[in-house]
Amino acid sequence: MSDLAAFRAETRAWLEANCPAEMREPVREEGDVCWGGRKWVFKNDAQKTWLEACVAKGYTVPDWPKAYGGAGLTPEQTKILKQEMKRIHARSPLDSFGIWMLGPALLQFGTEEQKVQYLNPIARGEIRWCQGYSEPGSGSDLVSLQTFGEDKGDHWVVNGSKIWTSYADQADWIFCLVRTDKANKYQGITFMLFDMESPGVTTKPILLISGNSPFCETFFDDVKVPKDQFVGEINRGWDVAKYLLGHEREMISGGGAGGDMVSIGGAFAKSFGKNAAGELDDPILRAEMAAFDTDVFAYRAMGERFMDMWKTGRAHPASSNMMKYVGTELNKRRHELVMSGGGSEALEWDSEETKGGARARGWLRTKANSIEGGTSEVMLNVIAKRILDLPGA
Amino acid sequence: MPLYYNDDQAMLKDSVAPFVAEQAPVSHLRKLRDSADATGFSRDLWAQFTEMGLPGMLVPEAHGGLGMGHMEAGIVLEEIGRNLTPSPFLSTSVGAVAALAKAGGTQAGRWLPAIASGEAIIALAIDEGAKHRPDRIATTATRAGNGFRLDGKKSFVLHGHVADMSIVAAKTDGGITLFAVPKDAKGVTADPRRLVDSSLASHVTLDGVEVDADAVIGEVDAGGDILDALLAATRTGAAAEMVGVGQGAMDMTVTYLKERKQFGKLIGEFQGLQHRAAHLYGEMEVARATVMKAQQLLDEGNEGAKLMVSVAKAKAGRAANLAVREGVQMHGGIGMTDEYDIGLYMKRDRALAEFMGDVHYHIDQVARMNGY
Repeated sequence: MSDLAAFRAETRAWLEANCPAEMREPVREEGDVCWGGRKWVFKNDAQKTWLEACVAKGYTVPDWPKAYGGAGLTPEQTKILKQEMKRIHARSPLDSFGIWMLGPALLQFGTEEQKVQYLNPIARGEIRWCQGYSEPGSGSDLVSLQTFGEDKGDHWVVNGSKIWTSYADQADWIFCLVRTDKANKYQGITFMLFDMESPGVTTKPILLISGNSPFCETFFDDVKVPKDQFVGEINRGWDVAKYLLGHEREMISGGGAGGDMVSIGGAFAKSFGKNAAGELDDPILRAEMAAFDTDVFAYRAMGERFMDMWKTGRAHPASSNMMKYVGTELNKRRHELVMSGGGSEALEWDSEETKGGARARGWLRTKANSIEGGTSEVMLNVIAKRILDLPGA
Repeated sequence: MPLYYNDDQAMLKDSVAPFVAEQAPVSHLRKLRDSADATGFSRDLWAQFTEMGLPGMLVPEAHGGLGMGHMEAGIVLEEIGRNLTPSPFLSTSVGAVAALAKAGGTQAGRWLPAIASGEAIIALAIDEGAKHRPDRIATTATRAGNGFRLDGKKSFVLHGHVADMSIVAAKTDGGITLFAVPKDAKGVTADPRRLVDSSLASHVTLDGVEVDADAVIGEVDAGGDILDALLAATRTGAAAEMVGVGQGAMDMTVTYLKERKQFGKLIGEFQGLQHRAAHLYGEMEVARATVMKAQQLLDEGNEGAKLMVSVAKAKAGRAANLAVREGVQMHGGIGMTDEYDIGLYMKRDRALAEFMGDVHYHIDQVARMNGY
């Protein structure tokens, strides 16, 4: 047996022994996703057991080095672990911005001390992070950000506000872009890390069209940040920010693949009815769903190729922008079709049968996919400039 | 297996790409077209393909070939697509080889070595009407004497008028049977038509064609699986060729955007064009990945291959179609001229998109394979 085949057999046996049955059920509501952190309340024992088992094995961050809480797996082994988890429909043990965004940035730019100090609590699900990027006046034009950190010798005093801070009200720490030099646009930003319990930090949830509040406004009023709490170099935070955005875009692009859903047309044919020929009995909707399914299967192949290339340094550094653009546009299309397929039932906003209007709220939520983490239009600009090398872009 | 070329595949690409670009660039197609060439491809070029071992890439080593896979054949097809090279490679070296290798037996022994040595050109006589409907074959094969008598009409048979043998799909009592019908068989007439892309495809009439019992490829009534293998290989190959056509058109267009000036600016500076070019880039990348996935699954003998082949033919069809349409539009007036190559890309794409099932056919197949 090859090493990889042995690893697969070993992983399969470990998952069989350690993944509780409840954790092999599809994610149905927000509490089913484990985000961890100081304030986290486990939904049930199974969620806690599954997280602890994965933490012990390094499987919350399988491709991180063991010293930082990972399992030190190679890209091939990581792919096998994911395939085996998917095979038994295992839920992710831990989702977090620490894993997806801050972690990769620290692995790239952090000092050895910082890696040990910050990565381990992320891997164990002890500290939940949020991202302080956008500001009321700085959306797509992120680099115009104004939140300012005044140098006070051994610390900065930070004033300003952030917006669209995902789950800021539930986060323990924030990684935050702060202007530290007003004279330099790109080279005047520092990538700071600080505790959300620091005096002067307040958050206010923003009610969205979905009726939910996954985002907050975050205010900083004379917040003291010790001078050792930054990543990379002072005034060079934009380099870290850009690197991290690559990972954020990669993460958001994953929604396009549609998780476990095998086929949207297949899913609706069951509830919708078929004609005598066994076809979904709305021919135009069938055609649109089939075209959509075709694009999803194609996008999954793209996702596989992208990850194979990304993890081995073969991908164009700007290709995550393409993935984000294609994936988010696809996900919006999915939810339009889910609404059409669901008909008037999908319009219900708070009934028990619709799990509190899950489809309608989910549909509205996806409209943010092509805005958050860089709009589709910004993605196209980046592709035009950095990949196609078009002039003046 | 990761979804990128391994070292051997990258080396193959490095040798095939310059070879096709130098020996058979678009000017090669123009030369054949403008001389009203009656063969449909250059036999000299096919001899050069043979020197490189390309016709027998997919032929098992036991039959004198290289025993390579669809991923490797796709590398050659992409370059054929990028250069719009007229060639019997897809029908002969991909479609016919897949069927013969799957079937084994007398016909495989007879034809596979001849394909590998570059001596045999094979045509695929599957379609019967304007649209690809392989589940509704009306051509019949009835037992007569020691063999069969074939009657029917076939269409869109590429290289049908020059092929040394045609693989004919016909209805038999208990199913579908594939036959190897040699060039000189009595009662076969091939009427070649010039297509929009300057290729030649024949309407083939089978009028009481008598063949021996050993002309059967595989077993009588059991041609369904062999036909499936032929179709999967040819569709995937056509998709790979379309990725080449689309990429060639896109590259030419992006270059043009960097050269053409209007309103005192390079037109590539206009965001209206930048966004469309960037969108096209994404579609082409997805199509490429999808075709590679289909090739990989076919090479693994994976049961998921059938779905992915249809996805690949449909996705490559959509993406390459977008590439040639945007190509002509972004070139403006010059894109409408015969002198400029972009229009030739549009023509080839249209023919490839139709071959072995168009986008709509394959999207419908995706729905059927998913139970709706």
